[in-house]
This record gives sequence, structure tokens and C-alpha cells, in this order.
Amino acid sequence: MGMTITEKIIAAHCGRERVKPGEFVYANVDIALGNDITAPLAIQEFEAAGLKRVFDPERIALIPDHFTPNKDIKSAQQCQVLRRFAHAHGLKHYYDAGRCGVEHAFLPEQGIVVPGDLVIGADSHTCTYGALGAFATGVGSTDLAAVMATGKVWLRVPSSLKFNYNGAMPKWIGGKDLVLLAIGKIGVDGARYQSMEICGEAIEFLNMDERLALCNMAIEAGAKNGIIAPDQTTVDYEENRAQRPFKKYASDPNAAYTKTYDFDVSNLEPLVALPHLPENVKPVRECKDIRIDQVVIGSCTNGRITDLRTAAQILDGRKVAPSVRLIVIPATQEIYLQAMREGLLEIFVNAEAVVSTPTCGPCLGGHMGILAEGERALSTTNRNFVGRMGHPKSEVYLCNPAVAAASAITGHITHPDEVL
Amino acid sequence: MKGKCWKFGDHVDTDQIIPARYLNTINAAELAAHCMEDADAGFAKKVKQGDIIVGGDNFGCGSSREHAPLCIKAAGVSCVLANSFARIFFRNAINIGLPILECPEAVAAIKEGDEVEVDLEKGSVKHLGTGKVYNTTPFPKELREIIAAGGLMNYVKTVAAK
Ligand code: SF4
Repeated sequence: MGMTITEKIIAAHCGRERVKPGEFVYANVDIALGNDITAPLAIQEFEAAGLKRVFDPERIALIPDHFTPNKDIKSAQQCQVLRRFAHAHGLKHYYDAGRCGVEHAFLPEQGIVVPGDLVIGADSHTCTYGALGAFATGVGSTDLAAVMATGKVWLRVPSSLKFNYNGAMPKWIGGKDLVLLAIGKIGVDGARYQSMEICGEAIEFLNMDERLALCNMAIEAGAKNGIIAPDQTTVDYEENRAQRPFKKYASDPNAAYTKTYDFDVSNLEPLVALPHLPENVKPVRECKDIRIDQVVIGSCTNGRITDLRTAAQILDGRKVAPSVRLIVIPATQEIYLQAMREGLLEIFVNAEAVVSTPTCGPCLGGHMGILAEGERALSTTNRNFVGRMGHPKSEVYLCNPAVAAASAITGHITHPDEVL
Repeated sequence: MKGKCWKFGDHVDTDQIIPARYLNTINAAELAAHCMEDADAGFAKKVKQGDIIVGGDNFGCGSSREHAPLCIKAAGVSCVLANSFARIFFRNAINIGLPILECPEAVAAIKEGDEVEVDLEKGSVKHLGTGKVYNTTPFPKELREIIAAGGLMNYVKTVAAK
């Protein structure tokens, strides 16, 4: 029996020829990640255990992105914990406000995580890096503390589900729609404890931004990781980025899968996930009378340059509906700069949008646009749980950047074709 | 472990267990004051030392915040029973030493306010009202080792770091 790409990467990181689903292993970690919410707890655990040294100062990334620029005194204190720890241990990958952005956009962009890596992040959306052909999974703070000390993590080798996307991608469809399609089909625990392997001809034509958006939401199906085998798009993306040599893995033709799902995307419409679970997926035209108070375009799902270009294309020369606040957040400093050079930021500001510095901000109801009781947001982020973006009695609808931009103009959920 | 049960539905996510608006601290007592707030606003006030949370499918889905099992533990909850747990919540609970058990049969039988007794080593749940005992498969050896060491950091100090 052959092995899946996920099994191969895990085996390679514990010095084994092969591993089987269900086995427990201690695997070597290439990059360990923490942010301003999860790392302080990990650092507290690390220090309480009396540990003095990190396993490798070049392989720990601490990114303050959730409540930064610090929104209040408490979050400032949290960031101070990161900053002090990073300096005390000489961490190579510590980036303060103004030098980073949303972690899952930043690490791939800077080539800090590369194909073939085993990445452990104290953040559930660490699964994003599967788009590069890395094994990347989210853990908690204690796991991060243990990895920072030992460079190893305990893992149960996941079984794999295969998602085959066929057909040509229609207009206005992106990685976000492909992953919502899968989550709508299998549910928010449909891939629990398993790997989601993404493949098919539709994927071959996706650029890296779209692939990152797709793998980002593997966790919303309960998956341990999402992964796309590296191809020429991946190699091109890594050129001038990868900070370390990388390795390309691919599944064997006779690898075992618990189940295979086939989707034909050629007639797919943009999708919207209704409150309060990402599995409540409907085509955009079935949601068209739903009025909205706020639109957010950003986050580790859809805050990349491809997303901003799409949104700008729709907003160019138009104005946001008077009843709507539009908030646009480029996910990193590099994306911000690129959007500035291309004139996208000017388009947003002329459309009467708020343009923010890179931050997670409203995505987790942190700051920069919190919802009041009874308000409704349409957002390109990844979670629509109760109270996710503010008041427990507010609502979040999830969609791609094209739908978000079109809807910001009309004030209700809208298919981009109706605007452009 | 013996306690009174508080029942919750399927897919109780980490934003309901501890909303992100409170994540600007890692103080366990402060977090505990908001435990389960967006699922049941009065929970932190009602819950008593030793009580048991009973969830449905996929308990703890969503973010990786360890603050979720941490605030449940700090609120005095002795154990969480569910049909199934979301992956990261499961890891975090093991790693910080919050007792959890997957036991769909017991979950189906338990009603809000019922008292049960949980034996983690045997993997069994006894319903004190009916006297019925529900058995599940105990955790695999690797996890029991981490639990026996008193959580992952202790385990790291004693085993993995040598
Ligand atoms: S953008 Fe949202 S989902 Fe992504 S890391 Fe930040 S808070 Fe989490």
C-alpha cells in the first residue's frame, strides 16, 4: 500500500520509512508558531516548567497580530511578554507591528514556511500552509511550549480524505467557494481528526493566494490539516521567497483514503455560509434579500493581493451603500504596499471604505469594527460562530471578496454580476 | 469524579466557551468568570465545584485557544463528557489535565441536572439516578502516559527531553 503526502511528510519528520494512520509518533518540527493570544500562555508554561533554552532560535515564529496594534493595556502587556521572550532567546522570527501582518498570510509570503515542512502553530488556521505542500496543523499553547523546548510534537497520524475538484473555474469563484462547497457537503466535523487532500484539474489553475484561502478553512471541516501537492505554481511561488531549501512530496497512486469526494465546479455559483456555522452554505442568489450593516474584506482567509484586486475591480468608481460600513484590511505590510502601488487603496477610500493596517482585528471580534446587538456582517473571514465579530446577538455571513464588494455597494447580499 | 451535569448541544465552539473579547488576559480566574458565556450567559455563576459539562458532537470546535479548557477547569468543572471532541480541544484538554471522555451512550441518557460518577481509568460513566453504567474505550497508552505525568509539560520534563 502506498502513502499519502501527509503520511510521507510525517514519516520523514520522525526518521521513519513509513507511518500508518492511527499511529502515535513524536515528530520533528520545522517551524513552531505562536501569536499574541496563544504565545503568552505557552511562555508562561515554558517558564513555569523551569525551561531555560528553546530548541532552536531560528525555528520559532512569534507574530503579534490579533489585538495589534495593541488595542488596550491588557493586550499591550500580552505583546510585551512575546517581545521580551523573543529578545531573551534571540528568536529570528519575531516581527513587531509594522513589520508583519496576519500570521498565516505572513509566514508563507516571507518563505518562513516552505513545501515539505512540518509546521506546528498555536493557532487553528495553521492548516493554511498545506497550500504549499507542507504538513501544518494547529495546536494549543501547552503544545507550543513543549515544541519550543524539544522541537518535537506528539501526533496521531491522520487518515486522509480526498477532495477532487474537476471542471473549469467559473468567473467570481475562488478558493473560498471551493472549500465552502466541501464544508457544506461534509459538515463542520466531516473531516474531524483527518487530513483533507485537495486535488483535481480545477486546483491546478488556482494561484497560490486562492490555494491558501482554500486550505485555510480545512479546520472549519474539523480537519487536522489540508494539503495540496506542490506543482509548478508552488515552485514559482517559492522562487525568491523560500528561506530554506524545500522538498516536494506527492501521494502514491495507490495511497489509501477513507473516502473520496468529487466535485464539478464548472457551474458553481459563489457561496455564502449563513450563521452560525460554516456548514450552512447556500448559493449567493438564495441569500439576496439579506440586508447587511457591515462588510469586512481581509483576514488569513481572504486578505491577500488577489482578494484586494478582485474587490477593487468591483468597487472602482462606485460607493459603498450609505447603510453599510466597509472595512478593508490588507493582511500583511507587503500586501498593503502592493495594494498602494496598484492604486487599490485609493479605490477603497474613494468608495468610502475604512482601510486598516494589517491586523486580525474584527475577524475575531477583537477591535477595528465590532458589531452591535442585532447587526449583521458579511465577511471574507472564516468563522461565523455566535458572537464571533461582536455582540452575541449579531450575525456573520461568510463569502468570497467579490460577493463582499458587490454587497457593500448594494447593502444586501448580492451576486457580483448584478453590479458589474 | 462525581457531579451534577450541565447539558449543551452539538458543535459548542470555542467562541461560546470563552469569547475572544476576553482573550486579552491569561488569568485563569478572570477567564473562568466568562466560562460558557455565549452558550449560557449565567453559567459561570451557576456552576459548582465538581460539576460536569455534557456536550454533543464535536465539542470545542473552532479556535486553538487553550483558554477554553483552561477556563472550564478553573470554573471548577471536574470533567467534560461528549459524543466527540474537536481535535485541538481534545489535545489541549489532555495537555493541561482537564479530564474528558467520549461516551455517546451516557450522553444520550443524561439529562440536565442528573448526577453521574466518572471513572477515567476504567473509562466508565455511572448514572446515579438509574444506577446504569456506561463503558467506553480508555485512551491509548501514549495519552495515558501524558495524563499520568500530570500533563504535557511534566511529561516533557521527565521523558521527551532526556
Ligand atoms: S485573521 Fe482571523 S482566523 Fe485568521 S488568524 Fe487572525 S483571528 Fe484567526
